[in-house]
Parts: sequence; C-alpha cells; structure tokens
Amino acid sequence: MSVDKDIVRKVARLARLAVPEDRLEPLTAELNGILKWIEQLNEVDVAGVEAMTSTVDMKLPMREDVLQSGPTGGGQPDNVVKNAPRTEDHFFVVPKVVE
Amino acid sequence: MSDITDLSLADLRDALKAKKVSSLEATNAYLANIEKAKALNAFVTVTADRARDMAKASDAKLAKGEGGAIEGAPLGIKDLFCTEGVQTTAGSHILEGFIPPYESSVTANLWRDGAVMLGKLNMDEFAMGSSNETSYFGPVINPWRAKGGNAPLTPGGSSGGSSTSVAAHLCAAATATDTGGSIRQPASLTATVGVKPTYGRCSRWGIVAFASSLDQAGPIARDTRDAAIMLRSMAGHDPKDSTSVNRPVPDYEKSLGASVKGLRIGVPKEYRLDGMPAEIEKLWAQGIAWFRDAGCKIVDISLPLTKYALPVYYIVAPAEASSNLARYDGVRYGHRAKEFSDVQSMYANSRAEGFGKEVQRRIMIGTYVLSAGYYDAYYIKAQKVRKRILDEFNDAFKKVDLILTPSSPSAAFALGEKSDDPVQMYLNDVFTVTANLAGLPGASVPAGLDAKGLPLGLQLIAKPFDEETMFKGMFALEQAAGFRARPEAWWG
Repeated sequence: MSVDKDIVRKVARLARLAVPEDRLEPLTAELNGILKWIEQLNEVDVAGVEAMTSTVDMKLPMREDVLQSGPTGGGQPDNVVKNAPRTEDHFFVVPKVVE
Repeated sequence: MSDITDLSLADLRDALKAKKVSSLEATNAYLANIEKAKALNAFVTVTADRARDMAKASDAKLAKGEGGAIEGAPLGIKDLFCTEGVQTTAGSHILEGFIPPYESSVTANLWRDGAVMLGKLNMDEFAMGSSNETSYFGPVINPWRAKGGNAPLTPGGSSGGSSTSVAAHLCAAATATDTGGSIRQPASLTATVGVKPTYGRCSRWGIVAFASSLDQAGPIARDTRDAAIMLRSMAGHDPKDSTSVNRPVPDYEKSLGASVKGLRIGVPKEYRLDGMPAEIEKLWAQGIAWFRDAGCKIVDISLPLTKYALPVYYIVAPAEASSNLARYDGVRYGHRAKEFSDVQSMYANSRAEGFGKEVQRRIMIGTYVLSAGYYDAYYIKAQKVRKRILDEFNDAFKKVDLILTPSSPSAAFALGEKSDDPVQMYLNDVFTVTANLAGLPGASVPAGLDAKGLPLGLQLIAKPFDEETMFKGMFALEQAAGFRARPEAWWG
C-alpha cells in the first residue's frame, strides 16, 4: 500500500498538522519510503495469532472512584492553568468555537 | 582527593558516607565540569542553585550519619522526566518553557534516596531519534572522537545528553529512557553502561509519553555497579502507573561478582547481519569466548522473526505516539502559534511550529496506520507479529538464561551521516528494539574499541524481572573485557 498527495493532505488534517502545499510532495515520498519498508510484515504468517496488547501478564488494577489527593488531586486550579498560553480566571482561552 | 568527579558513583557514595568529601564539593566540581563542557551541548538546563541547596541538605544529613542510599550524589536527569518547578522540554520547541507542577515518580525516588539534581539533559525530540540530531536544542556531541580526527560524532540517541554527560564526567550517573534502544545504543556509542529494565519495573508516571507500551526508564552509568545502584533507587511500584508492577526491588549490587559458572548464554544467529562491520562480529565472538571461559554454557538459538521487529516497531511506536502527542494543542500548555484564523488552524499551526520534522513524520505515520480502513492491515497486523516475537523469546528462554548480542550495528557515526534517510537511521535500533517489543530487560556494557578507537558495546537480554541474572552477567562481561579507555578531554 502506498499513499498519494491527497491521502497525505487528509492525514495531516486528521493529525492537526499544518503542512504547506509545497511540503506535501516530499512528505508523500518520505512516508512511502517508510511504508514500503514496513510492508515486509506481509511475509509473516499470523493466522490464529491474537494481537498483543501488553507485555506484562497482569490485570489492570482498580481503585476507588474518589478524588485523589496529592499532585493528581483536585483543588489546585492555579497549577492546572499555570502553563497555559492564555487564561482568564482559571479558564483556558481559545478562539471562538461556536458562532 | 585528586578529582572528585573521577570517582564512580559507588566510590563517591562511600566517600560521602565516610565524610571524606562533602556533597557540596562534589556538586561544585561537577558544575565546574559542566561549565567547561558547553561544546558538548549535553544540558538543556543547568540547575546550579537547586543543586547546591540539595547538596547542603545532604551534607547536613550525612553529618548526622543519616541519609539515603545515594545521599549527596550529583546526577543528570534526561529532559523527559518532569521535575517540579524546573523546565521540562522533551527536547521539543512545543514544550519550551513548560514548568511541571509535579515531580515524576522515578526522580522523586532518586530525591527520596538523597540524590542531587545538576540539571536536565538534552535528548532527541520526544525521544524520537538515534543520533540526538532531532533535538530542538541542537545535537549533543560525543566526547569520543575517531583516532586522529576531530569531526563531531553522535553520542547516540535518544538519551544522548545522558550518555555524553556520564562519559565526560559531567555527572556521577544519569537517568535515561528506552523505547526502541534509547538507553542501550547511546551507552554503546560512549563506552557507558546502559540498563533498560523489564517493562513495568520503573514507573512511567511523570515521564513525557512517547509510546506507552514500550517506554521504560533506566540508568546510564559509568560501570555495572553504578547502574545497579541507580536502578535500585529508580525502580519500584507506583499506583499512579497502572502498568507498574508490584514486586519488591532487589538489591542489584548483591548480584555483582556472583559466579556465572553454568549459566546458559544464548547466541541468536539472526543477529548476524549482512554488511555488519567485521569488528562488531569479532567483538561478539570475543564476548562468547569470555563467557565460555567463565564456565558458561554457550547455546546457539534461533529467533527467526528478528528482522521483522523494526517494521513492527515503526507501526506500533508511531501509532502510540500520534495518540500520546495529540495532547499538544496549544491550549493547556506548550507552544501556541501567533497566527491563526480559528480554533482548528490554531491547533494545526501550533503543532506545525512546535514539532520538528521527525516528530511530525511519526505523527503522520501513526495517524495513517490507525485511520479507518488501514487499522487492521497495519496496526493489528503489527501487534500480531509482535505477539509472535514475544512467543519466540519465551521459547528461547526455556533453553537459556541470558542472550548475548552486539548492542548497535555500528560505532559512533558523524553528525549528518544518516539524517537524510529515516530508514537508515531506524536501523540503529536493530539489536535493541526486540527487547522493547517483548518487554524484556536489556543492557549494554562497553566491551572494546574499533580500529578508529571508538567504543563498542555488547548487549545482554534477560527474562522478565530477572535483572539480577542480567547484572551478574554484565559484571562478568565487564571484568573479562577490562575496558579502561577514556576519551581525551578536548572539550575543555
């Protein structure tokens, strides 16, 4: 399988990456180089094999559904917005989304 | 004391406990080395004031005969570990200026045990790279140079700041992370010891995520003993990481020096690559001979799917990365573009400006292989091949205790040499990536020099959570190799 300029444009949109029109051609070539190399996986017989999800054979731990304390806990709005490019009164400010 | 910074972590620890040196002296000596080594570009941020404060606090504890396992030891921290109040960039423009309000679990464990932070170490952007050239902050330079040459060489990647700063004695030891070989390949290229433990051994909480099913933290250190000391402090169960495994952390140092007689060492024939430098083949044969002489049983094994490990990796890792890196949207933290017309173009422009070329390439690959219509053909297929690779290792480990391979397919190469062809660069991880896919512990130990005088490492891979046998083997390898060479200090 290989990609063309249109697929690359679509994938860039899905990935929320602004790719200038003149970069699409070279990027298509780069991605096809990688995809062609990956294609050798078709040689491997995987009939009846279950797709792997984890290397560790363990059940995911459960915890009580309560507010945590410490760095992952609540009550720290200053910390939550501390690194945001633009905020107002503990809100993240973004361009208008709904007209 | 001639030079405190020439003491290994183990010797420094003992000298500190015996009050022969103070942590402040050691810290100041390292800060002076860092200041002189700017040409190596190993640090993104130097935290001199914090280091001195931590050192003084350690000295106060040591004076009372108190303190943790590595009280007062100055370390470098890869800039992928979140450090409270100290900029954490992941080598990316998109996180430039990001100051975490919390501490990663691994670094918190190190501070609990008394370590001192010298600063944050340069790395490939989001740990995606094998030469440190993808860092937004410029490449790290290897302290090693080819005999008679002065061309700048790569220290490997992605943990190039870690490998260089340990090799050049800019810190007593360093933290690193390994998703496809990012601890072991740089260790091999700089004559340092790098250990990637079993997946789940170190908490991933507070480490900027790349590919969550593959990422593991581990140390880069000057020798096997130092790596054992570091891993013991870094490792441990953490409820904040649901894949962190709840089992006790052994004292790995106790494994060192134990007899390796009778150990079964596996030698996989598929790791003999076409076009592999003869020197690497020779060093590997030498490694086999060392273990045989030590009374080990050498067992030829076969891992036929080895050649498919890298293609699997370049589906699974970009897929997970495209998902993990979706969080950088210019809203909650990180870079936001100045120019945009609406919220969608704000996302797209911020990400295009904030991420470098290789990161964008991998996000694109990951988004493509996860997109509707391609998911089964790429991602599910890769996860099935990955399962077969794991099964192959499980079968091999019924016959052997450790697997011995080269660590990297070449010695340190020149900056720019492989950066034009992504696939050529990816091949650097051909010997290391299998352990990530299968979640196994792996380590690189310096074993010799090539004809140009550049270091080469050998890799040991062990069964899950059998780091103790791995350390036993590493120590035996280190003793047999007797590697003592150091790079000439051309950087000042």
